[in-house]
Parts: sequence; structure tokens; C-alpha cells
Amino acid sequence: MLAWTIYLSFAGALVEALLPKGRAGLARGVALVVAAGGLVIAALGFAADAGHGRVTIVDVPWVPSMGIHYTLAADGISLVLVLLTGLAAVAGVLFSWNIELRVNEFFAFFLALIGGVYGVFLSFDVFLLFVFYEVAIVPKYFLIAIWGSTRREYAAMKLALYSFAGSAMVLIGLLAAYATAGSHSTGLVQLGHAGLPVHFQMWAFPLVFVGFAILAGMWPFHTWAPTGHVAAPTAASMLLAGVVMKLGAYGCLRVAMSLFPHGMDPWGFSFIGIGSWRDVFALLAVIGIVYGALVALVQSDFKFVIGYSSVSHMGFVLLGLMTLNQIGMTGAVLQMFSHGVLAGLLFAIVGRMVYDRTHTRQLAELESMHLSRRMPFIAGAFVVAGMASMGLPGFSGFVAELQVLAGAWKANPWWTGAAGVGIVVGVAYTWRALQKAFFSDVRPTAEDHPKTGWHDLGAITWPEMTGFALLTLASLWIGLYPRVLLDAIEPAVKTLFAGGGQ
Amino acid sequence: MNYADLFRVTLPETMLEIAALLVLVMDLAFLRKAGLRVRAAAAALVGVAGCGAAAWALSATGGGSLRAGDELLLAGGGSAAVAQYGILALTALTLLLLIDSVFTRHVGEFVAVVLMSATGGLLIAAAQDLLVIFIGLELLSLGLYILTAFAKQSGRSAEGAMKYYLFGGMSAAFLLFGFSYLYGLTGSTNLLPVMLRIHQATGPSADPLLLVSLVMIAAGLGFKVAAAPFHFWAPDAYEGAPAPGAAFIASVSKVASFALLISIGTAGAYASGTSNAPNEGFIGPWTLVVTVLSLASMLAGNLAALAQISVRRLLAYSAIAHAGYILLGLAFFSRSNASAAAILYYILTYGLTTIGAFGAVGVVERATGSDRMDAFLGLYKRNPLLAAVLLVLFLSLAGIPPLVGFWAKFNLFAAVLSVGAGPIAFSLVALAVALSAVSLYYYLQVLKRAFVMPVADPAGRVEKISVDPVTMIVLVAIAAAVVVMGCFPALLQGWIAGFYAAM
Amino acid sequence: MSGMPNGIPILTLLTALPVVGAAIVLLSGKHARAVAMITALAATAVALVVWTDLPSNGTIGLLEQHPWVPSLGIEYHLGVDGLGALMVVLSALVTLMSLDAAKRVHHQPNLYFALVLVLESCLFGTFTALNFFHWFLFWELSLIPAFFLIKLWGGAKRGPAATQFFVYTMAGSVGLLLAFLAVFLSTGSMDFTHLSLLASTGELEQAVTQYLPHHHVMMWLALGVLAGFAVKVPLMPFHTWLPNAYSEAPSPVTMLLTGTMSKMGVYGLLRIALPMFGPEVARMRTPLLVLAVTTVVMGAWAAAAQKDLKRVFAYSSVNHLGYCQLGIFALAVPVTDAAMQTSQAAALNGVILQMFNHGITAAALFWFIAMLQERSGGIRGIDDFGGLRKPAPVFAGLMGIVLFSSLGLPGLNGFVGEFLIFRGVFPLAWVSATVSVLGLLVTAAVILTVIQKVFTGPVPERWAAFPDMHTGERMAMAPVIGLMLLIGLLPQLIVDSVNPTVLNLLAHWRF
Repeated sequence: MLAWTIYLSFAGALVEALLPKGRAGLARGVALVVAAGGLVIAALGFAADAGHGRVTIVDVPWVPSMGIHYTLAADGISLVLVLLTGLAAVAGVLFSWNIELRVNEFFAFFLALIGGVYGVFLSFDVFLLFVFYEVAIVPKYFLIAIWGSTRREYAAMKLALYSFAGSAMVLIGLLAAYATAGSHSTGLVQLGHAGLPVHFQMWAFPLVFVGFAILAGMWPFHTWAPTGHVAAPTAASMLLAGVVMKLGAYGCLRVAMSLFPHGMDPWGFSFIGIGSWRDVFALLAVIGIVYGALVALVQSDFKFVIGYSSVSHMGFVLLGLMTLNQIGMTGAVLQMFSHGVLAGLLFAIVGRMVYDRTHTRQLAELESMHLSRRMPFIAGAFVVAGMASMGLPGFSGFVAELQVLAGAWKANPWWTGAAGVGIVVGVAYTWRALQKAFFSDVRPTAEDHPKTGWHDLGAITWPEMTGFALLTLASLWIGLYPRVLLDAIEPAVKTLFAGGGQ
Repeated sequence: MNYADLFRVTLPETMLEIAALLVLVMDLAFLRKAGLRVRAAAAALVGVAGCGAAAWALSATGGGSLRAGDELLLAGGGSAAVAQYGILALTALTLLLLIDSVFTRHVGEFVAVVLMSATGGLLIAAAQDLLVIFIGLELLSLGLYILTAFAKQSGRSAEGAMKYYLFGGMSAAFLLFGFSYLYGLTGSTNLLPVMLRIHQATGPSADPLLLVSLVMIAAGLGFKVAAAPFHFWAPDAYEGAPAPGAAFIASVSKVASFALLISIGTAGAYASGTSNAPNEGFIGPWTLVVTVLSLASMLAGNLAALAQISVRRLLAYSAIAHAGYILLGLAFFSRSNASAAAILYYILTYGLTTIGAFGAVGVVERATGSDRMDAFLGLYKRNPLLAAVLLVLFLSLAGIPPLVGFWAKFNLFAAVLSVGAGPIAFSLVALAVALSAVSLYYYLQVLKRAFVMPVADPAGRVEKISVDPVTMIVLVAIAAAVVVMGCFPALLQGWIAGFYAAM
Repeated sequence: MSGMPNGIPILTLLTALPVVGAAIVLLSGKHARAVAMITALAATAVALVVWTDLPSNGTIGLLEQHPWVPSLGIEYHLGVDGLGALMVVLSALVTLMSLDAAKRVHHQPNLYFALVLVLESCLFGTFTALNFFHWFLFWELSLIPAFFLIKLWGGAKRGPAATQFFVYTMAGSVGLLLAFLAVFLSTGSMDFTHLSLLASTGELEQAVTQYLPHHHVMMWLALGVLAGFAVKVPLMPFHTWLPNAYSEAPSPVTMLLTGTMSKMGVYGLLRIALPMFGPEVARMRTPLLVLAVTTVVMGAWAAAAQKDLKRVFAYSSVNHLGYCQLGIFALAVPVTDAAMQTSQAAALNGVILQMFNHGITAAALFWFIAMLQERSGGIRGIDDFGGLRKPAPVFAGLMGIVLFSSLGLPGLNGFVGEFLIFRGVFPLAWVSATVSVLGLLVTAAVILTVIQKVFTGPVPERWAAFPDMHTGERMAMAPVIGLMLLIGLLPQLIVDSVNPTVLNLLAHWRF
């Protein structure tokens, strides 16, 4: 049944492409129905399959001569991420309600992207996963290039090329693994049991891991992210930061770490405390956390603050993965979900709620606009989202970060300290943005506001409120009752360990 | 060998020749007064029928071989059959694209030349003797030179054809020279005996004469497939030739030439399998030479394409790059049929995609008068279906799943890695994959203009581009095939595998 | 009732009540204040029920225990002993007082009252929590309404003051979080009762040092924990956020800040720091005592130097809370005989009493300042007034009582706590006690100066018509004054309920 999330999305994309132009309402309606349908299926699938270990959905031979199967399956981790995709899809459609340019093409590309993402999370054949991963690249390009803002063509091309380069690295690694394992099969499970030699894993692991980690925004390969997020239209940045970056992290976990577990073994020598690829990537993750946070602190563009904060939060995910213990990795997956929801929320607020009304994202200009009085709902929304993003207990981010920190402490206390610094700086930059954008007391001068004048900014619309409620409640629910997801994630992580890579 | 055998085995070629003659007769005798479009349609349809008849003949005679005494002249079945079917199909598609073209009044002659070149292609695909190879190659090439020059009104056509012809002539000379050395070394003009004797004759070190002859042959054949550093004719020829002609050059001649290379590689691999030193003799130097060609082509093709503003030249350089990838498959050639199957899969799908690409570019050229990238601005508004077709085809060339171009590359690289497991093979594959990533950039440049960038017209008017129904059907069918074969790669792979199973 | 978990979930009801009230307030249009007052009264009633339902042997009662996230050791575990219940009652009372003091909120009153009620919920949550996650949730959450109350309704420099308040406290919390993570990882538990049990037998230290074999790991954890509380209480020199926050916040909000939020810090020291890190605190006793004494003395001294009445009492609060910390750190010493035990008990009783009394007194004090500001049009400089007892004798009289209580006059509630603290600290740390007496003296001087400058002397022209307290205000203030007198004269009303808890706690604390 979960496979229908994929098929429905692609079918929806096709329908959107064929809809007559000029019927914007129809296009939006179709998109909402498809996205909501996907969410419902994802939720039902989650309820049905969570906690039952790995559930195979489809398994048919695809290219028998090469042992490639069309295998869709889901374990706890996949189910959680599929659910996230559903949420992000619906929220994305809601927050794109006001788009007027080439509406059906927009939603066509949007739904195609969603379909590709669903596909990645449900694939259990390494090759199929790669196909879906690549499929997702092209819609991203067009979404940003056509409907984006600042330097959109440059940002779109950069993003496409970085993603493609990353997937090229992954392809090389996969080809090599396939060939080394005897070219029998590309199933995840089978390759995991193929007993690839350790020295092979030693270089295949970093290659494939970095290939995926580029998309996950690992420092120093993260530079596409802030540019891309800022240039993208709201729904695209919600998806980019919310879901697409998680594709990279998921690939790191599902492919790199599961197929090449010995790639993380110690090298036998150690250089300034780094003695294995695990140490290298943990260090890069920690640098990402702190660097992202520090750079977010000095941005003058509101959206860049959120863009860099995404890099910082993804650092937590990668750190959690590198802890190689139950609690850290569980925290990483939970953080994937939590950040997915919260990043979507933040970009929605900055892009749709603020920018579409004020036509500026410069904090210096927003300072004198008294937004807390003129857009109280939106100010309140950002307070809530900002708190959640900071890791305030009660929201999902806290539980996830708690687990990652716990796992990090088990693995290496120094990492925890650095991550803690990241949290503190996180409070600072969120606070700064909140203050400057909404609650500043700067008195405006007569020359201010060439763009909006002093009339009232647009009232909040129902799609925005619905989207906000959806995402906030999701984060709040998981923050207060994380067992809903943890009961699915924990067994899956345990299996990953026990199998020694499936 | 008796003439009955000859006739039977070359029935497909004969069919094509008959069709060519029929077209000429029909055009000259019966359609003098008819309009251009009618004549073109008639000629094309006869040509297509001829291809169909040839295909039927191929299936009926089913891979026969022709021997003269002990020597194998033509060997059907297996790779040859796949390539021959491919050539026929691609020729038919090219002819269909002719129907709405206006570059010449001599459509009958055009079709005839196409068919005759196709005949040459069929010959090469099955050829097992050096002299037969040469005959077929010349038959193919001479036709191609003429096709390139067919757009008499265009100066570029003449220039391209001239360069092609001069280059071609020179490389034919090199080829013959290299063949003559092989004959001198081994005393035979037949592929398999040549290979076997090379293996028996050589000791621990390869004969320098062998290396020289291989380089010559590489020059000759490298020219045909537009491999660097023998590719200089390609951009001009692709740019100057009329659209159907360019499509033909880019697809059919490549299929035929690579089929030839496969024959050589198969013979060499077979021979090395029987010797005690498998990497000596032919295979060692062969791998070296082909690898160098491959590397040069991949780099030159991709890097030069980055700078192009003419879409035709971009396609030409991309063709060079693709030739580079295929040559990689040839460099690490397996004794089983895996490599051959992968190369054929690649070249067939590439040929198909290229015909579609040139078809689409031809349409835009006719509508806007230019093949620059800017001619594609706002295509999504001017003809959304055409833009969609362009999207599919270009993304397939870039290797984006789930389109067939991706499978072709994956298949090929997997085959390479299963043969050559060392660091060199691996780095080359890595480079190829990386350069594929680079290629996305220049394909996206065209797509960007088609979909993203706004039309330059100050009044915002958008001129629709109308496309001839037949052309549109062909293009959509090609795009659909690209998508379907991309989603179900086993279809084509299974069909190809069937030929090896039957052998 | 005691010892048996999951009867009627009174504590959950208590915590949920103000939030529900806040939601209703947001929708009540013009009646926001009335609805808020009703909610606060109801909450007070429930709080008193909790107070009376305490187990008499000083253990934790009214337990509610449900699994929440077992894999992280997180449980929904609530319960109160004498200390917790007293704090709950304090929170309810101070909230009530604060709501009454906020007579006119000039913009967005609904939001204001809703935020106050949410803050009350957070307070209840912190004081009834027995699991770290739950406690930390409310600890952090309380910062939000407090921040916005300062930021949106505060004085001229409210922006920086609010930010400073928020950021300092958050930063302090990080140390708390990391320390607790380490404890959880070592023991698998986040439960306060369980952990203090482990600590009392020494198992906690064993588990932690086994798990994290670094040098002095328990010391680092203790420092992390103390950092969090040092900012909140505050302990000098981590107090710098306080004067700004207290003076820029509107006075009713300051009542909450000083009356209840500062007590969260002291409560934390008593519920977390001492039970779990007793030996470490004992090892750091001397420097901690030095800081506490500094807080006492410098707090008073700084108060003396202020010209703004709110700042005077802000620093005075710092001083008063210094006594609590003095008592806490002084009793952190291994007990050798029964006399020491008695002193410890006295000190701890004093601390808890001081928490309650100072809460009431300080809240009342700022209440009066609110009234003063209302009548003076916002002016609150110490030198701006004079001879107010002539036009407003009732006002002067009642405020005088509160001021004297703050000074520690016997017969009023302020005396009892301070007396017990000194009674306990002198035998345990006589140097600190002696120096702290300085604080008492300076405080006395400050308060007398305030009385003299504000209430006595010639009346300036503009205050000739200073309105006195009207009936409503008198009726609202009377119970508070009454309570202060009652506790001052009959402290056993509280001590009898608190002492068993004190003895119970001390029995489990190991230094």
C-alpha cells in the first residue's frame, strides 16, 4: 500500500502537466488532494507496519541479467521518513497557494519531486534507490530556476551540479561494490551480506558517504545549501531543507553505513586524534554544527539565517549517525523528522508569511516595520517555530537533540561539548532574528518602507494557518509523546546494528 | 562460396539497394509534377518499406554466414544481427524526419543515398574480412559525405562536407595502410585468423609493427566514430549537414562503426582466450590504444561542449563524449558477450535519442532560422509538447534516470568493471561518471532556455511553433520509447540477449 | 494518600488549570482580567488542598507515575513533599497578587493575562515534577511567558533587559542539561527520587565514575548543575541580568519574577544539587560560601546605592536570596554529632521558610511600588517623594509593615526565616554568618532610608493630593498583611508541616 505514495505523486505530476492552463484553482486543488492522499497513505502505512520489523511491499525482478530488482520495503526508519514526506508535501502545497505564475507546471514539478523522495525512502534495492535519488534532482532545478528569487538560475545550477556530483560519487561506489560482490544482485540486504573485503570498504565507505553527505549539507560541501534555499521559492525551500537534505542523510545511513560498516573501523594509526573515517565525519559534523550556527548569527538576510541553521541542524543528524550507538542513531533519525518539520515551518514563515507581504528579507529593513504589531499571528508563529528550532523542551527538537547528545557523550565527550556550543549559538541566532525581524523597537524614518508603505500587510490566509497548524502540532506531538516515532525507530536501528549492516 | 549463398546472406542489403533504385525511378519518372512534400513523403515511405523488407529478410535468413573457402567473409547473428536491426530501424526513423524538410528539391536522391549508406552499414556490421570491412566502410562514408553537402543553399553544409570528405579520405588511407600491415604480419585478411596468428607469433614483447598498425587502424576507425583526437570534422559536419543527414550520421554510422569495433574486439578476445598469455598479442596494445582514445574523447568532448552556443555543435561534442564512454567499454572487452551487449545497448539507445534530438533541433531551426541556444527561448510556451520531448531526450543524454540513457551508462560501466577490476579501469569509470555529471551542465543550458528563461520579445508576444504531424509523431514516439525503455530496461536487454542465446 | 501513586491526579489538574484558563482568557474579550482572577483563585484553592493533603511523615505524596519514553528514562512522575507543596502555594498566592496588581494593562490585556497564567502553569509544573525531563521542560518553558511579559509591556529599556534575562538563563541551562545527560547515561534513570536514593548510598558516584572515567567527573557535573542554578537564583557574580529585568519589567511581572521564579532556582538547589551532588558541594563549600556571603553583603550594599525604587528592591531581593544560599551551602557539611544535625535542620527550615516569606514579602513590596507608580504617573525615584504618610496614611502604614518585614523585624514573617538560617549557620560556618550580619545591618539601613525618604519629611507640592488606598485595594492587601503577621507570630503553622520534610531530606543527603 505504501508504494501508492510514489505512484500517486507521479500520477499527480502527470495530471498537473496536462491540466489546461489558466485554471489555477484546479491545479492547486489537484495538488492538495494528491499530497493529502500521500500523507493519509503514509500515516496508515505507519500505523499498520510500525514495529513489525522490515515489511516488504513489492519485490519483482527488474533487470534480471544484472540482478536488479524493483524492491520496495519499509522498516521503522523508512516509515518515519515517509510520514515526514507526507507532512512536508501537504504543507508545501498549502504554502504555495498564492503562486500565480505557471501554476500547474509548478505543482507538476513539486509532485514529481515528492514522488522521487517517497521512492528513495521506500527502496530496498540499492540501484532503485539511486534511480529515485537522481529523479529528484531535475524537478529541484526547475522549481528553483523558474519560481525562485535571488540569483535563482545560478543557485539552481549549483544545486543541480552539486547533487549530481554527489550522486556520481555514489554511483561509482555502488558500481564498484556491485562488481566486487560478484555482480549478482543489487538488493540492499544481499549486498549487505556479500562480505565485501575490508580494504575495499575502507575507501568505498568515504566515497559513498561523502556522495550522500553532500546532499545532507555536510561541511565543507554545504555551500549549495544556503544559496539554494534562499533562491528557492517557499515550497521548494521547505522541501529542500525539510526533506531533500534528509535524503542525503538517509543515504548515508541506509547505504554507506549499512553496506560498508567496516569502513568506519580504526585505521590503525591516528592523526591529531582522528583515527578512522568515523572520526573524520564526526569532526566534520561538529564543525558543521558550530560553523552553521556562527555564520547564521551574522547574516543580514532572514532567509540566510534559516538556511545556515539548516546546515547546523543537519550536523546533528550526521553526528548522531557517527556515534554508532543505539541512542545516538535513534536521535539522528528523530532529528531528521523533527528538523524536517521545523525547517519547513521556518521557511514557510520567512518565505510565505513575511517575504510575500513585506517584499524584503533584510533584517535591517524588517527592523523598522513593527511586524509584531502588524502581523501578530505571524510573529507568534515565528516565536513558536523559533523556540522549537532552539530545542525548547516540549517540541520534537529537544528530544532528538537530547538523544544525539547522549549518544555523542557515549562515543566521545568532546563532540558533545562542541555540539553544546552549537545549541547555545543556536539560541543566539534565533533570538537575534526574532528580535530584529519582529520585536525590534527601532523607530522608522520617513524614507523607510519604499516597498510596502504604511498600509496594512495582507491578512493571514487559511492555507497558511492550516499549514502552520499541521507542522506545529506535528512537532509538538512528537515533542510531548515521542514514543509514537521512537517505537518504530528503535527496533529498526537495533536491527541495523545486529545485522552488522542488515 | 557460390552466388546463391551470397545472394541469400546479403538479401537485406539487396532489399535496401532495390528500394534505393525504386525511389530514384519513382521520383524521376512518376512524381515530376507533384509537390515537394508529396515527393518527400513518397520517397520516405518507399525507403521505410525497403528497411522493413530488409528487416524481414534478416529475420528470414536468420544470421547466415558467408564463406569463401575457409575464410569467413560475413557472419550474421549475435552482435551483427542486433546492429543490423538497429541500423534498419534508425534509418527508417531518419527517413520519416525527411518528410517536412525543405532543404532540397532532390528528395529522391537523398533517400537513395541514405539507403545506400545504410547498406554499407549493414555490410560492416557483419563483416569479418578486412577487405569487406573496407568496402563497406567506403560505401557508408561516401554516402555520408554526399548527405552532408546536400543543403546546397547553405555554405556551412558545403564546408562541413568538404572537411568531412578530406578527413575521411585521409583516414581511409590510414585504415588501409594499417590493414596492409596486419596482412603483412599474419598473412591473412580474415579477422579471426589474423588475431590467432598474432597471438601465436608474438613472444613476450609485442611486435612494434603491430602497434603501428593498430594506431593506424585506430586513426581510421576513430575518425568514423568521432573519437578524439580524430574528431575535428564532427562539429562542422554536424552543424552543416541538413537535419535528417546529421541525424543519420550521428546514429547509423556510429552503430555500424561500433559494431565493427565489436567484431574486432570479439575476435581479439577469442584469440587471446586460446593463448597462454592473454594480455599479450592483440589485447594488450588494443586496450592501451582504445583507452587513450576513450580518455581523450571523454575529456575533449565534455569540456569543449561546455563552451558551445550552437546547439548542433553542442550535440557534436556530446557525441564525441559519448563515443569516449563507449570506447571505454571496448577497451575492457570481455570474452563473454556482456561487453558486446552493453555496447550495443548503449549505441542503439544513443542513436535513437540522437535522432530525436536532431529532429527537434531541426524543427526549431526551421522555425527560427538559427540553431543557437537562444533560438530555444520560451519553447515551453511556443510548443509545450516539443519542449517536453526535448526535455526527455536531453536528460536521457545526460544520463538521468529513469530514462534509458542512464541505463545504458550504468550497464556499460558495470560491464567495464566486471572485466577490468584494477585501479586503472576503476579510475576511468570514475572519470566517466564524473564527466557525465559535468555534461548535465551543458544539457541544462539548453533546457534552461527552453523552460526557464523568459522570452526576449518586448511585447511579450509568443510565436507558436508548428510542427509537421508526422515529425511530431516520430519525436513523441522516440521520447516515449526513451521513457519506456528507461523504466523497463529488461525489454531491450532481453531482446539483445536473445541473439546471443540463439548463437 | 502518600506512597500510593495514581489516585486522583490533583497535581496534573493543578498544572493544567491555569493553561486552560489562559486559553479562555484569550477568548474573553473585555473580561480577561476577571477570568484570569477566577482561574487564579481556583488554582489557589487547589494548591491549598494539596497543602493539606500532604503526608505527615515528610515523604513525597500525591504521586502520579506513568511511563512516557522508557528508552530515555523519561517518566511522567509528579509528587510533592512539604517543600514542593509550599512552593505551589506560594506560586498560587503570588500569581493572585500579581493579577490584582495589574489593574490597567494598556495594550493587549488578553495576551498579558494569558501569559501570566501560562507562567503559573510552568511554575506548578516545575515544583511538582519528579523526573528531569518534565522538570526541565517547565524550567525552560517558563522563560517564554516571562520574556514576553517583560518585552511587550516593560519600560524603556525592556528589549535588552528581556533578552539578557532569557539568554543568561538559557545558557545556564545548557550546563544543567549536559550534566543530567551524563547522569542518565550512567544510571539509566532521570528520576529525582531514584537518583537521590542512589546518591545517598554512594552508588550514583560509582555509576558515574565507572561510566565516565575522567578526572573529577562528578565535580564537573556538579559545576554544570550549579551554574544553571547560580544564574537563576541568582548567585553573584551571575546576577547581572536581574536588576535590569526586574526594573524594566512592569511591576506586577516583577512580583512574579522575584516572588516565584527566583525560588525555582533555590528549589532546584534543594531538589537536585544537594541530593545528588552533596559531596561535591561539600568540597566546594568554602568558595560557595564566599560567593553566598558576597551576594548577601554586596546585594545589600548595591541596594543602598540605587536611586530607582525598583532597583533598590531588586538588589534587596538578591540580598535576601543570598541568605537562602548561605543556609544551603552552610549545611553542606558531613555531620558529626547531633548538634550539627539540629543546626542543619534549622538552616534548612530557615531556607524553606525564607523562600516562602520572601516570596510573599517581595511580591507585596513590588505590589506597593506598582500602586505608587500608578499614582505618580510612573515616577519611582527614591528622591522624588517625601512625606507621603500625610496624604496617604494607610498606604504608608501598610507599605511600612511590608518594609519592616523585609527588614526582618521580629513579629513579621520576614524575621522567622532569617532567624532560623542564622540559627543554623552560626554553628556550621560562623565566619560566613558573622560577615553576613553586615548584610542585615545594611539592609536595615536601606529600608529605613526608604521609609524616611518616601514617607517622612515635608510633602512636596505635587504629592499633596496623593490618593490613598481605596477600599478595593485595602481589601486585597489585607489578607496578605494578615498572612505576614500570622506567620510572623505563629510560624509553627508552616514549620510543623515543613519540618518533617526537612528531616526526611536531611536523612537522605550525604555530604
